[in-house]
Amino acid sequence: MSQQDQALIFEISKEGRIGHSLPELDVPEVDVNDLLPSQFQRTKEPELPEASELQIVRHYTALSNRNHGVDSGFYPLGSCTMKYNPKINEDVARFPGFAHIHPYQAESTIQGALELMYKLQNSLAEITGMDEVTLQPAAGAHGEWTGLMLIRAFHEANGDHHRTKVIVPDSAHGTNPASATVAGFDSVTVRSNEKGLVDLDHLREVVGEDTAALMLTNPNTLGLFEEQIVEMAKIVHDAGGKLYYDGANSNAILGITRPGDMGFDVVHLNLHKTFTTPHGGGGPGSGPVGVKKDLVPYLPKPQVVKEGETYRFNYNIPQSIGRVKPYYGNFGINVRAYTYIRTMGPVGLRKVSEYAVLNANYMFRRLEPYFDAPYTQHCKHEFVLSGRRQKKLGVRTLDIAKRLLDFGYHPPTIYFPLNVEECLMIEPTETESKETLDEFVDAMIQIAKEAEENPEIVQEAPHHTVIDRLDETTAARKPILRYTKES
Amino acid sequence: MKFRYLPMTEQDQKAMMDTIGINDLEELFDDIPKEIRFKGELNIEEALDEIQLVKEMRRLSDKNLNIKEYTSFLGAGVYEHYIPSIVNHMLLRSEFYTAYTPYQPEISQGELQAIFEFQTMICELTGMDIANSSMYDGPTALAEAAMMSAGQTRKKTILVSKTVHPEAREVLKTNAKGQNLTVVEVDEKDGITDLDHLASLYNDDTASVIVQYPNFLGNIEDLTAIEKIAHQGKGLFIVSSNPLSLGLLQPPGKFGADVVVGDVQPFGIPTQLGGPHCGYFAVTTKLMRKVPGRLVGQTTDEHGQRGFVLTLQAREQHIRRDKATSNICSNQALNALGASIAMSALGKHGVKEMAAQNIQKAHYAKEQLRKQGVEVVYDSPTFNEFVVRLPKPITEVNESLLAEKIIGGYDLSRDYPEKENMMLVAVTELRTKEEIDQFAAVLGGVK
Repeated sequence: MSQQDQALIFEISKEGRIGHSLPELDVPEVDVNDLLPSQFQRTKEPELPEASELQIVRHYTALSNRNHGVDSGFYPLGSCTMKYNPKINEDVARFPGFAHIHPYQAESTIQGALELMYKLQNSLAEITGMDEVTLQPAAGAHGEWTGLMLIRAFHEANGDHHRTKVIVPDSAHGTNPASATVAGFDSVTVRSNEKGLVDLDHLREVVGEDTAALMLTNPNTLGLFEEQIVEMAKIVHDAGGKLYYDGANSNAILGITRPGDMGFDVVHLNLHKTFTTPHGGGGPGSGPVGVKKDLVPYLPKPQVVKEGETYRFNYNIPQSIGRVKPYYGNFGINVRAYTYIRTMGPVGLRKVSEYAVLNANYMFRRLEPYFDAPYTQHCKHEFVLSGRRQKKLGVRTLDIAKRLLDFGYHPPTIYFPLNVEECLMIEPTETESKETLDEFVDAMIQIAKEAEENPEIVQEAPHHTVIDRLDETTAARKPILRYTKES
Repeated sequence: MKFRYLPMTEQDQKAMMDTIGINDLEELFDDIPKEIRFKGELNIEEALDEIQLVKEMRRLSDKNLNIKEYTSFLGAGVYEHYIPSIVNHMLLRSEFYTAYTPYQPEISQGELQAIFEFQTMICELTGMDIANSSMYDGPTALAEAAMMSAGQTRKKTILVSKTVHPEAREVLKTNAKGQNLTVVEVDEKDGITDLDHLASLYNDDTASVIVQYPNFLGNIEDLTAIEKIAHQGKGLFIVSSNPLSLGLLQPPGKFGADVVVGDVQPFGIPTQLGGPHCGYFAVTTKLMRKVPGRLVGQTTDEHGQRGFVLTLQAREQHIRRDKATSNICSNQALNALGASIAMSALGKHGVKEMAAQNIQKAHYAKEQLRKQGVEVVYDSPTFNEFVVRLPKPITEVNESLLAEKIIGGYDLSRDYPEKENMMLVAVTELRTKEEIDQFAAVLGGVK
């Protein structure tokens, strides 16, 4: 990456240049004034770019060169499961029978798409141990909200209008309490104990007749398995509440244990994490939701069903929470996830989780001597370290993250979970080789030594990126959110 | 069995287990209680090699009729348009599609700058001050706009026109239930929002008025008149708009809209059975700190060099947690990028030209259908969609069209029981004169 300003597409624009090729109008042209009364006609043209095709290609190529993806290098961003995004998935999603079909075509003309959706619904139900799955939610947070709306509909159908509280652990991802709020619940925090697991005594205290659900990630955001999950499920169920499984960390459990068997009633999966669909710089994702039998009547409309050899949409779900997304979810993403499931099969998926967990534990043990480890038991697919020791030397976790950029790595997730001081959360995934893990660990060890011997080099990092640390305070105080042409 | 995505060798595994201090991989899973360990193999289909996999996926794809081989007049919120070849090439730059949310700006300047450019293009098209980095799709963007209006005005009723996309209204109702808001639908009259009904519904509890422009039936709503009603109290004026139409139409921002939402699918995003598409969300400066989702801002580094960062994050779920007004996290960044590339390629000239071809061709189609004796239902000005009435149910008409390799328009009786035998026809720049003539001839022959 070279250090220089990259012009905006608007700045390379020059009047009269074009980058497209539209056909000549082949129907008789009518005066636009006869088609559109003047009050509807645009008076000032939108200032969109004017550039040639090659200029546009160079522009976006230059931008891509200023970006780091999984294909560029190791990306151990905890909780995000930045694994390899298979190329074949991209090819398949672009097959004309998947990319160029319209949501309102007759069902008889999209039987292949329906078959794929049906099989994906069933595969995900089997993988999670649930009874039925909806593919509609567009992303993890959208799945959380959908799942909570299902729980709300269930309680309301039972006349339980007083169940207004959703219990969320202090280590939970910020979307959990936010989703609870958007679904009309109040969230209540349950504490973690010294082992990093939910404090059962505290759970017993906060659970009650007003409990709608407990939302839980398992393994949790510290990468630890909630080993008392069966007991927790009993506590919540005995109080009449439901258990919600945040599937953000399901990369640790494929074929090893299933949320449905742990006692969860609702599950969402992030197909862009566990099932290799690309993160895309922040979406599009897909967040299917699985439910146990007693919640099936409330699923969003429509569901894909099979009758004989024919597939169709079922809109006849009288108690449905309604629609959560137009059409049928992020189909193009679901195609990629199904392609992946067919690539790995039952044996492969289990190996995915075994190796993801092995890789994480290996890195954890290699790094443990150099950084503080707040929790020392075996981790699952990710683990947390604390930069407390380095902080005493004047080097903050943010500095460590920025220094990693100089080594060509995307840093781990930092300052999350909130209950670990100077937190670094590392998730290697199963698609990384031992050599890559070793190189990254060596870089981390070198940074730990630099913190002791030459802290400035860490504090002033990064040194080799296209831009240095940016002034985020000014960005928020005096926001510039669009380009304006200098006159 | 070996897998090409898994680099682990037996030797690696042994060395790693030695470092960890375990003899068996199973020890890593000892903390999972026995009774919930999964026994045996998952009951899913067996793994396929790459050759078999492609064959199987091809089989599924080939079972679908696609709109590249059939001539389609379907729109109703999802449109087939010209996609310049460079869009896909640039999207496949893996530095873009294999990255995640740009939390580390130093190595994400490409994505951040691309979003900043996207935000600018949306502002230009809609005539608004500020646009966010994207939403899941048009209808969820509309629902979020309604939620935002309730938060901003502290009022509880959303007035939405029946001429707004039916699925958008359904999504809105589901969202509203979560927030205990009331959604009231405003009647349609002659294919546009019934202004008298709207005025009669507006009261002190109105958080917002939502209309679509051009509306679901293809007609262009009188935003000047609606704005007057929408702003007679504290309510916000929310307009959902097809961004391509804004190449030609006066943008909602010029009519005093507070929020403009929609889907940029017409720009470079394939129909793909309705998703993933890409919602946009644009507002006035006044609402800047209420916008859901991510915003990219321009700033400088310590040497004064220009750069871009995610900004105003105090609005978002990961900071506000249970105080957040939206839970959106991942959105549709890659599709926003695709739309930006398409908007760059089409550019100032192409967007206008493409919009012009849509209105011209749709007009031509209307005329040909009239000549064939088909009734065009409404007199309002339209963009690229309009409604016709046929002597038979639309499902039957569409079956006859399919025999001619034509995918007919949308059956309006699905959502509007009173609109029996009415078809919503979309005509884009992709339809040739010959295709339109043939379509008109077949519909003219329906008895």
